[in-house]
Amino acid sequence: MRTPPFDPHTPEGPLAEKWQRHRAEVRLVSPTNRRRYRVIVVGSGLAGASAAASLAELGYQVDCFTFHDSPRRAHSVAAQGGINAAKNYRNDGDSVERLFRDTIKGGDYRSREANVYRLAEISNQIIDHCVAQGIPFARDYAGYLDNRSFGGAQVARTFYARGQTGQQLLLGAYGALSRQVHSGQVRLHTRTEMLDLVVEDGRAAGIISRRLTDGRIGRHAADAVVLATGGYSNIYYLSTNALASNVTAGYRAYRRGAWFANPSFTQIHPTCIPAVEDRQSKLTLMSESLRNDGRIWVPQSAHDERSPADIPDTERDYYLERMYPAYGNLSPRDISSRAAKAVCDEARGVGPGGRGVYLDFAEAIGRLGRRVISDRYGNLFQMYQRITGEDPWQTPMRIYPAAHYSMGGLWVDYDLMTTVPGLFAIGEANFSDHGANRLGASALMQGLADGYFILPQTLGHYLAGRPPLAAQNGTAAFEEAQAAVEARLKRLVAVGGRTPVDVFHRRLGELMWEYCGMSRDRAGLEQALAEIPTLREEFWSGICVCGGSEEFNVVLEKAGRVADYLEFAEVMVRDALAREESCGAHFRTEYQTADGEAQRNDAAFAHVAAWGFRDDGSAPQRAIEPLSFEHLHLAERNYR
Amino acid sequence: MDFTLHIWRQHGAAEAGRFVTYPVRGISPDLSFLEMLDVLNEELVGRGEAPIAFDHDCREGICGSCAMVINGDPHGPLPGTTTCQLYMRHFANGAEITVEPWRARAFPVLRDLIVDRAALDRVIQAGGYVSVNTGAAPDAHALTVSKQAADAAFEAAACIGCGACVAACPNGSAMLFTAAKVVQLAMLPQGRPERARRVIGMVEAMDDAGFGNCTNHYACAEACPKQIPARFIARLNREFLNAALTSREFVELARPHEHEE
Repeated sequence: MRTPPFDPHTPEGPLAEKWQRHRAEVRLVSPTNRRRYRVIVVGSGLAGASAAASLAELGYQVDCFTFHDSPRRAHSVAAQGGINAAKNYRNDGDSVERLFRDTIKGGDYRSREANVYRLAEISNQIIDHCVAQGIPFARDYAGYLDNRSFGGAQVARTFYARGQTGQQLLLGAYGALSRQVHSGQVRLHTRTEMLDLVVEDGRAAGIISRRLTDGRIGRHAADAVVLATGGYSNIYYLSTNALASNVTAGYRAYRRGAWFANPSFTQIHPTCIPAVEDRQSKLTLMSESLRNDGRIWVPQSAHDERSPADIPDTERDYYLERMYPAYGNLSPRDISSRAAKAVCDEARGVGPGGRGVYLDFAEAIGRLGRRVISDRYGNLFQMYQRITGEDPWQTPMRIYPAAHYSMGGLWVDYDLMTTVPGLFAIGEANFSDHGANRLGASALMQGLADGYFILPQTLGHYLAGRPPLAAQNGTAAFEEAQAAVEARLKRLVAVGGRTPVDVFHRRLGELMWEYCGMSRDRAGLEQALAEIPTLREEFWSGICVCGGSEEFNVVLEKAGRVADYLEFAEVMVRDALAREESCGAHFRTEYQTADGEAQRNDAAFAHVAAWGFRDDGSAPQRAIEPLSFEHLHLAERNYR
Repeated sequence: MDFTLHIWRQHGAAEAGRFVTYPVRGISPDLSFLEMLDVLNEELVGRGEAPIAFDHDCREGICGSCAMVINGDPHGPLPGTTTCQLYMRHFANGAEITVEPWRARAFPVLRDLIVDRAALDRVIQAGGYVSVNTGAAPDAHALTVSKQAADAAFEAAACIGCGACVAACPNGSAMLFTAAKVVQLAMLPQGRPERARRVIGMVEAMDDAGFGNCTNHYACAEACPKQIPARFIARLNREFLNAALTSREFVELARPHEHEE
């Protein structure tokens, strides 16, 4: 097991050559030997499915786990807007270098140069591969691929399939995975959840799983374990994430020795349908692509109760266009979200509770016509109308920020390996490429870069140094991990209270949104640290899982995930507290510029903060990985 | 709003199920159908009763998890709408609402409203993809695809794999589901080299999984939350016929023993 300080193992050489050089230097496993290695992939979203399929194509034996009934349901399916690539098909000045710079700047200089450069480099191959898979990207009349713009970029580099790009890319990866299941190269374990990582001799040796349909506990040994388990934004209860998204796999790995990096970096997405009901279960995203044509505004004066149609143009404040003229409505997500909060704090918000801003298409419909707007956003308009009962063709949409994406995740090195040798983390589950703020249409790019192109190279490098099938599932380490999982399930069943698990999840979500959400300060974060343990105690004496652990018990599943959130919340809060600067989505009100922008402190915080679990019950340990910027100059982000 | 719900309860696959009646009171019209069930479930848990198990996840109409027959209609009364996107404002106050799982031979009930839809995965596994290995692709612009073909492929690719088409069909047929994938890939040049092999493999897997045949009721397209048109079934049949009549692949697939000699 590695201990701090952690070396990211960034290859030597000029930035633009690092990945090619590394690929030429990594150890290889010969084709005939690959079938002797077994790899576990947990998760079947873009990262997991693409990794499982690509590893199987190479000849490794793969076990792929998903808690869904089908791999196709992973939450990547819900990504709407698109996927970035530096193709420069539009001749608008795009390049690998520019995508790299935009991503570093978008992340507010809190990501690794070498990782981000590699991501930009690979972006083009992803589009090639996805087109070859038969993904029906939007095309123009000449038959070429169309692009649109996303926040934080001044070029149009986003490839899309209407508002369902994530679905189409996921179905491509799901197809590739299905092909390998058919050939027997991948064993698929559906409705099976990973509940613990098994570490033996300081290396990942397998996982403990629970089959959700009957509660059967499984022990699975492998030569390497890959976590592609997504993000944890629904720790806020109300978020754009699917309801089952959770931190359990990552958190359990953390407890087994994998360090967790930048856990507090959470993206709050600016364009979501506002909450209207206290029993609401989720917030629905309205794709950022809408900001290509929609204009965001609020009334100029506070407490303006008029309907939007009655407010003349001169009395509207198109605040993003006013404050950030260079990027306007396509300013990055963190900035747009904070601006929305600021105008609502001034009592200029619209809709129920005054927590909303208008996203108005009237001008675009007038300029482009209804047909063009319908082609671009038809399904989103329909979705909005279905949820709110209001017609966006007639009246502007109302939007408000909501928790959306975890930039934080398990610490990984350049090879995507965590601090536990043999344990890899890919996609949203790792922390690597987005720094303190992710740009739109970059999550799909990163998940697929990791799964299709990076991991298949770097995993072989690890395996080549190891004898195959080194791990067996009958060892003491497996016995211990299984016993721990069973004891915890038993404990959850034994609580025997009368309070629904969701009640605690809602309370935790409110607390995290209040103190560790869009803006944070020392007093609030300390308050959160005081309240979380109390809530945890109430959970462990109050919940009811209404049944046993050896049956299909949906409440028990949820209880285990919420129990982990209740512990993980503290790690998030500690991270937000320790980072005494503002950067990207992490906005500490104590650290802001005179005009209210995030004020970074590069001298003290130009680093990745990683947290290590201590099993004596004391607070986790914090270690840093300094970020050095050799290629780019650390600059204040300016979108004005 | 107040409702009377008649909900199918079934503890496990091997056990008998029955309808249980639950009144729910004071429901906001802005709650979704699933959120209304959440409210009921919290009440049940408060009484120490097992909540109603149902599949759900994204709650924005795209993951295809949610699956219930509401008053006889898969996904309820609204066209082009998944259960999770159905709101209580779409029901009359005081309404009686019957909720059951998908009913089809190929979808055994696992618990309450949850069924096993692995059969749909097996259909895809039998050929619902382009067999391209990672790393093999040429530049994305090496082949152009007419906008018309790309749009038609997208229309088919919009399927979310929920299985409502099967639940709606009196024969429990998965023809619309299978057609959606076959048509998507048949529309695109990337899908053409394998088109015969694909359609034959998928249709065979569909039959093996216990799905019924199509007898042109078109209930599937009515129920489809993504409004995949029934004409794609005709296209599937055409693809199958073409493959059967003209393709050497069919000869090989249908008579593997001869091929092996």
